[in-house]
Amino acid sequence: MKQFLSFVKKEFYHILRDRRTILILLVMPAIQIILFGFAISTEVKNTPIAVFDPSKDDATRQITERIAANDYFTLVSELHSLDDIEKAFHTGAVKLIIVFSEKFLNNFMHTGEATVQIIADATDPNQASTFVNYVSNIINAWEMENAALVTQSQNNVQFGIVPEIKMLHNPQMKGAYNFVPGVMGLVLLLICAMMTSVSIVREKELGTMEILLVSPVKPLYIIMAKITPYFVLSIINLTTILLLSIFVIGLPVAGNLFILILLSLIFILVGLSLGLFISTLVKTQVAAMLISVVVMMMPTMLLSGMIFPIESMPDILQWISAVPPNRWYIEGVAKLMIQGVEAKYVIKEFIILSFMAIVLLTVSLKKFNIRINR
Amino acid sequence: MEKVISTNKLTKKFGNFIAVDSIEFEVEKGEIFGFLGANGAGKTTAMRMLCGLSRPTSGSGMVAGFDIASQQEDIKKNIGYMSQKFALYDDLKVWENLRLFGGIYGMKKKEIEDKTAQILQELGFEKERNTLAKLLPLGWKQKLAFSVSIFHEPKIVFLDEPTGGVDPVTRRRFWELIYRAVQRGITVFVTTHYMDEAEYCNRVSIMVDGKIEVLDTPKNLKAAFNAANMDDVFQQLARKATRINN
Amino acid sequence: MKAIQVNNICLNYGKLAILKEISFEVERGEIFGLIGADGAGKTSLFRILTTLLLADSGSAMVEGFDVVCDYKQIRKHVGYMPERFSLYQDLTVEENLNFFASVFNTSVKENYYLIEDIYRQIEPFKNRRAGQLSGGMKQKLALSCALIHKPSVLFLDEPTTGVDPVSRKEFWGMLKKLKQQGIAILVSTPYMDEVSMCDRIAFIQRGKILTVNMPQKIIADFPHKIYSVESNNSYEILKQLRRNSAVRSVFSFGDTLHVIFNSKSEIQNEKNNIQFKEISPTVEDCFMILMEESN
Repeated sequence: MKQFLSFVKKEFYHILRDRRTILILLVMPAIQIILFGFAISTEVKNTPIAVFDPSKDDATRQITERIAANDYFTLVSELHSLDDIEKAFHTGAVKLIIVFSEKFLNNFMHTGEATVQIIADATDPNQASTFVNYVSNIINAWEMENAALVTQSQNNVQFGIVPEIKMLHNPQMKGAYNFVPGVMGLVLLLICAMMTSVSIVREKELGTMEILLVSPVKPLYIIMAKITPYFVLSIINLTTILLLSIFVIGLPVAGNLFILILLSLIFILVGLSLGLFISTLVKTQVAAMLISVVVMMMPTMLLSGMIFPIESMPDILQWISAVPPNRWYIEGVAKLMIQGVEAKYVIKEFIILSFMAIVLLTVSLKKFNIRINR
Repeated sequence: MEKVISTNKLTKKFGNFIAVDSIEFEVEKGEIFGFLGANGAGKTTAMRMLCGLSRPTSGSGMVAGFDIASQQEDIKKNIGYMSQKFALYDDLKVWENLRLFGGIYGMKKKEIEDKTAQILQELGFEKERNTLAKLLPLGWKQKLAFSVSIFHEPKIVFLDEPTGGVDPVTRRRFWELIYRAVQRGITVFVTTHYMDEAEYCNRVSIMVDGKIEVLDTPKNLKAAFNAANMDDVFQQLARKATRINN
Repeated sequence: MKAIQVNNICLNYGKLAILKEISFEVERGEIFGLIGADGAGKTSLFRILTTLLLADSGSAMVEGFDVVCDYKQIRKHVGYMPERFSLYQDLTVEENLNFFASVFNTSVKENYYLIEDIYRQIEPFKNRRAGQLSGGMKQKLALSCALIHKPSVLFLDEPTTGVDPVSRKEFWGMLKKLKQQGIAILVSTPYMDEVSMCDRIAFIQRGKILTVNMPQKIIADFPHKIYSVESNNSYEILKQLRRNSAVRSVFSFGDTLHVIFNSKSEIQNEKNNIQFKEISPTVEDCFMILMEESN
């Protein structure tokens, strides 16, 4: 144990004495989050909206009232034909239009399925997605309360109101809020994978790894000691990001905080294992850094859904996008933080990330050499 | 005799630490000048100033007719430099290395081609023309690196521990190359940890604690210190070092 | 039981043979020198003996333990100082030493007596970062770190490379003392003048051991007569002698030339204008002749 502790102490010395790196590691995530925070426009009150309601039944009236009563929206006009929709947007009079299907309540009660279209002016994509989220929430709430209206025969089937969302002018819907999970995924992976691999490979380059190997220290100790400080750093960063996003950006954690932290811990483990794995592949710090950036960061940025939505990618890229662990983490975090879903909806992400962690860890422990690669 | 290097109270300070302490010496054209000293005695700092890589804190110096404080670019054009650490680009072929360094010093294409052929022939490397530098044995690399460093016919060439780690035969062959360059009129300024190599120099200076403690021919130094060889001379002098660094 | 036993070790890198049938033994309390240029295979041999690298064939024992099967035992008993004295540049002298002590499950206090002589010289700078030490001091710290767990066999891979002659001499003085403690020392060096400090040496050239013997014995076995020539213009004479077919080899040694002839009779002719003096060869002469013959 004393052996292990002095090992960890030494690792902390390395990190703490490299002032520039530690500054980058701790400050960079905060700056990123704050920057994105400022980029998000939070002023969404009294947004002008319009409604096209050909069905005019109790349900549509109730929903419309609720939306109109909301602080965020002001109902400025009721449209009378579909042609009016285009006009309303073009004049810039409204930012969002809700279009109910015909016989809305009737459909809802008998088939359990009714359609409502939410059309948003996505010139400002962040705002648009926020509006759409609010409206969806209101409709969902109404649906839950009135679930009893659905006829018995349909109850076993899960149908409901299907909000059909259309983003005008920016169909890709790059939402700034999506950047918070994105930044979390990026920062944690950067610290874990890159820093861990670099710090192990540095010892190979320096030649100190030779001395450590020619000593009675168990390789597992070396690995654990290398991982520990970066684990701590990652947790500090995770805390900073969450605190900043809650208190500075005002993006509260909609779902269960505990689940979110658990998911993050598993992701951190994936990152650390990945770092270990990279360190078993390369001999120089530069190579470790390159692999971390080129193999990990680039696909992470491009394929994780952070910049381009996965749904609109060609099939092949969608398949490839399943490989970087960030994709699953970002997806999970988005669900937990923004959509606020229950734990059972992120089981898939949990399973995939745990699986990745176990595989990477096993492979790299096996590959971690007790000798030198030729 | 033409002076290729001359310094006047050349000094370099880092904070309170005087790395080079007003050294004064002259090197004549066509001379092999050995620049010795223990680790940390200030050799590297002095050499960096002479090569125009570092500005003196005070004092002055002329190298190849140019002032080391103000005409650094002219100095760089007129000197060659070779160290054990950086010699050749490993991933370039032999002739590509030669072409590159010729190009760096602004030599004409024809000139480079002729010179390349001549050097490869002199070294007996014709067959290795297209070999990647990293595949050459260390001794060959060093010979080639030396040829590269004098490719542009500089007035003076600085050699920083050029023979580290090579076998005794290759080391001597290397020195024969140095002699050949000297016969062409190139001045050689060399540092080494091999004391037998100090004997190959026309004159030798030994630095202790940032100062040049002695400067003379090896023969005179041995006589003055009543020593059998240069190693003895060096040991007697370097042991006087008081600088805490050592 | 010998401290180190090497039998027919071979190592290949692709088609390239790095080590060719290396065999030798090192006794307890012996300083055994491995003399050869960079690229001769010294570091690979060190790595095989310190269990870091597996040989392609042959076997080796350190302290009676096999380097392949019993690697864990060996790692407890040996001290290793790799090339370029590997230390943590951002840790202080004291932190480095403490760290390596704890790696070996011991403390600086416990074995202080062993490193005292060496460590005392760097102790005034114990709070200085290792990266800011001079070459000679780094070397002493690295040796202290390699000794802190009281190893019975010490592997030193080019411990004196790049270090000035004074520090080198001091270093060899320390090795002499360690040897008296019964520690077996395998040390490699490219400096021929350090050969006389070893009890026995092996010349290694391109992965092959040319000879293993005591330095005096190697000199005594020198098969040729060797002459020195003193002159103020040795390069001219060297060129002149190179052209002479009677001269087998001529090289400069310090301020003289060492000459070996093909046959004795022809020396007389040469003596007319150049002064030859028969001398006893140095170890370096022996190595050079052996190198030439092996080519």
